[in-house]
Amino acid sequence: MAHFDENAKPFSNRWLDDRLAINTVKKVLSTEYWIPKNINFLWAMGMVLAATFGLLVVSGIFLLMYYKPDINMAFDSVNYTIMTEVGYGWLWRHIHGVAASLVFLIIYIHMLTGIYYSSYKRGREMIWLSGMLLFIAFSAEAFSGYMLPWGQMSYWAGMVITNLFEAGSLELTGLVEWIRGDYVPGDAFLLRFFTLHVLLIPLVIMGLIVFHFATLRIPHVNNQDGEDIDFDEAARLYKEGNKKESKVIPFNPVFLSKDVFVLGIYFILFFYLVFYHFDFAMDPVNFDPADGLKTPPHIYPEWYFLWSYEILRPFPKDPGLIAFGIAQIAFFLLPWIDRSPNVAPAHKRGLFFWWFWILVLDMIALTVLGKLPPEGIYNTLGTISAIIFLLLGPALILITKLEKKL
Amino acid sequence: MRELKILAVVVFFALLTYYGVEPYAHSVMHKDVEGYNFTYDGTADIQEATEALEEAQASGRNVAKAQARLEVKKAFWSEVDKIAKIPGNVANGQAVFGTCLACHNGAGVNMGGVIPPNLDHAGALYDKRYLIAVIKDPAMASNVDHKYENTMMHPMGSVTAMVSDPQQIADVVAYMLAKKAGDVTPKAAYEEACARCHAMRYSKITQLGETPSFTDEKDELAYKIKVLQEQELVEAYMGKLPPDLSMIIRARSTHFLETFVENPQSQLEGTSMPRVGLSQAGYDKVHEYLTEIGDPSKKHREALGPWVIGFFVIFSILAYLWKKHHWRDLH
Repeated sequence: MAHFDENAKPFSNRWLDDRLAINTVKKVLSTEYWIPKNINFLWAMGMVLAATFGLLVVSGIFLLMYYKPDINMAFDSVNYTIMTEVGYGWLWRHIHGVAASLVFLIIYIHMLTGIYYSSYKRGREMIWLSGMLLFIAFSAEAFSGYMLPWGQMSYWAGMVITNLFEAGSLELTGLVEWIRGDYVPGDAFLLRFFTLHVLLIPLVIMGLIVFHFATLRIPHVNNQDGEDIDFDEAARLYKEGNKKESKVIPFNPVFLSKDVFVLGIYFILFFYLVFYHFDFAMDPVNFDPADGLKTPPHIYPEWYFLWSYEILRPFPKDPGLIAFGIAQIAFFLLPWIDRSPNVAPAHKRGLFFWWFWILVLDMIALTVLGKLPPEGIYNTLGTISAIIFLLLGPALILITKLEKKL
Repeated sequence: MRELKILAVVVFFALLTYYGVEPYAHSVMHKDVEGYNFTYDGTADIQEATEALEEAQASGRNVAKAQARLEVKKAFWSEVDKIAKIPGNVANGQAVFGTCLACHNGAGVNMGGVIPPNLDHAGALYDKRYLIAVIKDPAMASNVDHKYENTMMHPMGSVTAMVSDPQQIADVVAYMLAKKAGDVTPKAAYEEACARCHAMRYSKITQLGETPSFTDEKDELAYKIKVLQEQELVEAYMGKLPPDLSMIIRARSTHFLETFVENPQSQLEGTSMPRVGLSQAGYDKVHEYLTEIGDPSKKHREALGPWVIGFFVIFSILAYLWKKHHWRDLH
């Protein structure tokens, strides 16, 4: 049995350390959790995401106190009770709405940063995979949350997305009805998506965040040059006081001080949007109450789903669904379809650099075209963009096979 | 500097995406409708009839009918124009206004589908030419003449028999502009111009006006039945119950609302909603009320915003100093 100091005052540092090893935990998770020094502000996106998720949880709890998951009351509980009668209800709602949209902007920046710096391979596969699982969980959270105000777009997006489970020619209408709990979205539908949104999916997300952090601890985060750092040696230098020579910094307080600064700048933007430009995150169509007899002229998902929606849309039913399915899993496969031995930023990887920017531009094109009505030139451009996206996978295998070791 | 370059790249692509999915996509999805600053001289109507004629000529069907309709519209609005130039006599107009009061009396009784609107602030809310037009021919003025072609008569149609002399029309309009133009509250503007068709449940307004409070549940239910009966009549007349406008200020863009109210046909061809003839000042009042009910947090946002943003500016400055302190001896 371990040695306990009988004279330690209860709850003093010594007393707690004897029982919980807090000094070790502090070292492992914070003061001696080493981060490369050679990084830029994009390395703070993880902390920005964590903070945004925190805001979503807090604002969500306040909204939950007044929201009513009932098709006859949901719309008014959001638009009247919360917006008019509850003190600062509007503030929580706008924070929740803006955060739900911005969290995806930051997720995309975070993902693309990972791709640009090859941070998904050679020991870091689990970081990438857990991150992709988080992306899926956030997508489910966003979709289920979008149902809750029970406006026109909630209803019709719910209709369209659940219809996907019909699986094209398989016509699994029974499955769709099982998911909805009804023939069309109704009370059962709203209540189950409410349950998922406020309970199950947040729990999954929290678990995945812990897992995502854990996957980082052993391989460590990547750095701007993809350099393979000897962390033990660098840590020794740092602890000896050779901070200039050492290639690492401790998470707390050095890395954190930069994170907090980035967070400050981010929150200036965030609250500018909350107070003066929240409407970008709240589609006007959803301020018309749900009406099953009146289909809106344009049905589109929120902006962060548009690129995958546009991969579904230009093709006939079955091929469209298959393409859509591929788009959903494509990013999971990245560590394995990238055959290059190099962990390096894209600008040092030849053709990969071009591949990366084509990916970015293609996804932006898909996003914009996903919102535009599928007519005329937009339809053609949509088809071309979707095909380019699908070809980017095989193209990556090819160009990374040709890539020379740096 | 490298950090700023990276930031510039990130901001550029974020703004590009934003531009594509918001301003650009919406400009493609919503047709561009020209507004006429809430003046009513028939330009829009004649334009519509001309386009209908061109379509008819292209398809070769109903050309004569479209031609006739264009002529009728032109004749009607030039007639309105002539009356607008006649100086009206307020005292004579008051006598004619008595005829109007037979129906526009605030009794809240449905007549032929809707409750005739209260005219207490008609002179402050509606445009002069529109008032002339609506007395001359209500269906033409409201630009819903297509509804009454051969099926039914406009509920206010009998006015053409009662007040037909151009001088009389000029007089009664002069009277309304002089004597029925007192200060109007945003709420009264909404009730007079919109509420006989459009309820607004977030401010307890129905087609019967503001809902009183009841102590006895039986009275409350009895009132509710009266509301439902009125809504049935409006629905039968309009084809569907016009939507509740509690949240319309957030459901439609400012431009859509303006052009739609000015001329419903311009945004929703064939709609049974009549043009109500609000002047710019009258529309501003209605818009104020729609905002007050549909977007009540506006003034709170504007008051709180600078403080929160100011807090994070100071936060960022302090955080920067903290960061500098820790990174000072790293390079």
